[in-house]
Amino acid sequence: MDFIRNFPFFSIMLAMLSAIITSVLPKKAARILNGCAISVCILLNAAVLWLTLVTGESFTYTMGHFPAPWGNELRAGALEALMATVFSGVLLLSVAGGAGHIDLDIEESRVNLYYVMIDLIEGAMLAMLYTNDIFTGYVFIEIMTIASCGILMIRQIGRTTLAAVRYMIMSLLGSGLFLIGVVLLYDMTGHLLMEYMHESIAALARSGQYTLPLTIAVGLITMGLCIKCGLFPFHFWMPDTYGYSTPASSAILSGLVSKLYILMLIKVYYRVVGAEFIAASKILNVLFVFGLCAIIVGSVSAIRENDIRRMTAFSSAAQIGYIFVGIGLGTTAGMAASMFHIITHAVTKPLLFISASGLSDVSGGSKKFRDLQESGLRNRAAGLGFSVGSLSMVGLPVFAGFVSKILFASASVLNPHKMLPTLIVLAVSTVLNAVYFLRTVIRIYRPAEKRDGEPVYTERLAVRDQRAFVLCLTVFAAMNLLLGLWSTPVTAILTAGLNMFS
Amino acid sequence: MFGTNLLANFEEVVAVILFGIGFSTLLLHRNLIKKIIGLNIMDTAVYLFLASMGYIEGRLSPILQNGATGQEAYINPIPSGLVLTGIVVSVSVTAMMLALTIRLYQRYHTLNLDEIYMFAQREK
Repeated sequence: MDFIRNFPFFSIMLAMLSAIITSVLPKKAARILNGCAISVCILLNAAVLWLTLVTGESFTYTMGHFPAPWGNELRAGALEALMATVFSGVLLLSVAGGAGHIDLDIEESRVNLYYVMIDLIEGAMLAMLYTNDIFTGYVFIEIMTIASCGILMIRQIGRTTLAAVRYMIMSLLGSGLFLIGVVLLYDMTGHLLMEYMHESIAALARSGQYTLPLTIAVGLITMGLCIKCGLFPFHFWMPDTYGYSTPASSAILSGLVSKLYILMLIKVYYRVVGAEFIAASKILNVLFVFGLCAIIVGSVSAIRENDIRRMTAFSSAAQIGYIFVGIGLGTTAGMAASMFHIITHAVTKPLLFISASGLSDVSGGSKKFRDLQESGLRNRAAGLGFSVGSLSMVGLPVFAGFVSKILFASASVLNPHKMLPTLIVLAVSTVLNAVYFLRTVIRIYRPAEKRDGEPVYTERLAVRDQRAFVLCLTVFAAMNLLLGLWSTPVTAILTAGLNMFS
Repeated sequence: MFGTNLLANFEEVVAVILFGIGFSTLLLHRNLIKKIIGLNIMDTAVYLFLASMGYIEGRLSPILQNGATGQEAYINPIPSGLVLTGIVVSVSVTAMMLALTIRLYQRYHTLNLDEIYMFAQREK
């Protein structure tokens, strides 16, 4: 049992090492090694999850030989382990489902570099989830930024390069703000390990000193991470970033990378700064309001798009809004709803992006709605996958999206001041979601008008990639159904994880 | 009172002003190269802040010197370590941004982000 405590460290090192080895491997070997490394990471993290659930408490793991106030630490609880397991699984599936397009979109000689980036994302993801040292968190945020920019720019067309530059600029603004916030906190507390920072901050808050600098530091960190995860009003880089890259990249960036910054923010709030100070500083109310705006603005922008990938990207902006509304409620129930929605979104958005690419494939590569008519019949797997994802995002019962909406609604009832706005916005956004998602679903099944010179639609993927694509969509859809039908174990783990989180 | 505080924390004040200059250049400037310069100014400002926080008047740099082993003889080494880590990070992101800038320049023959955006939209 004690040996399992090494697993968080092992999985980070495994991902990093396989990134180094992958850089000199040929394309096919790179793909196999990447798949194996991530699969092993899933197993290791599942073991960590099992351990934390059995013992019922989180554990810290000392890195190197320096004891606590000076050395570096990892800390694993049920929440981190669950997120690590689910995210690794989603990463593996997204890469498997998008592998055909990776080969099509990227130059032959550079495909192995794509897998290097995926390994780096896996490593940075696990490190960000497990780290207990805030500066290590910063370093891995930067590694994550570089790797996610890498999977964007590796498709060499003008739009993706431009999108990569804009994404990079926004990310760097965000990490700059995060860094100065962390440095200010370090300046006031003298520690980098989260528990010790928390003790110092609690002492400062009790004595009433440094309230303003603390608020400013927390505000800077919040703003930095909100820019990076694309909360309204910083969401305008999303459609370009998710709209033109290779489908696997869009799936990973929207489903996983943006969520990790939110989890980092929660870590800063509840493990470093402490719930009392956060509640007193009213910062959650600001996040709540911006979350509500994000839901509405994201949905309205999505309705106005006529490009399937950009529409899905704007829908991501709205989903980020949901997550922040849950955090902004400031209760454990709200937080659990947010965490559940993070998982829902992580298994739904990759499904949408990858099946949308399948629909474009049988429509001559176009992403415009008028060319996509009837594509759901030409590529049945992609059509079904997109329909399942859409219904889940709209919040139809049976699917995962329904459970997260129920959780948000029931969490809001516990907070009398924020109940009404939450419920109204939830209702409005469900209608808006239904407008753009169901419209798309209807459109991909509607018979195409006969036009002169009917184009010949050919399948772009090889047979083997086609099989991986269908398998990936099936697993994502099954995960959606499972989360929708048996959500109780997941919410139980999330509640247990939140209890041992801070 | 206010003025003496500002004077006593001279380096920090300069660091925060530099951070603001770098941040706004990175955010608002249209020229990509100047944006990258802004990024570097922003990062350097943070390093100045860290270095000045870790420095203690009259002490030695944290390398074993003159046989002094007590911690009273040296400045705080951790901020210096953080600065080193930060420099590594900022060098890599600068290299990445420059590589992207070269690629955009080769394609569109301009460094102005607005013009590049215009050209890119016309492409499709």
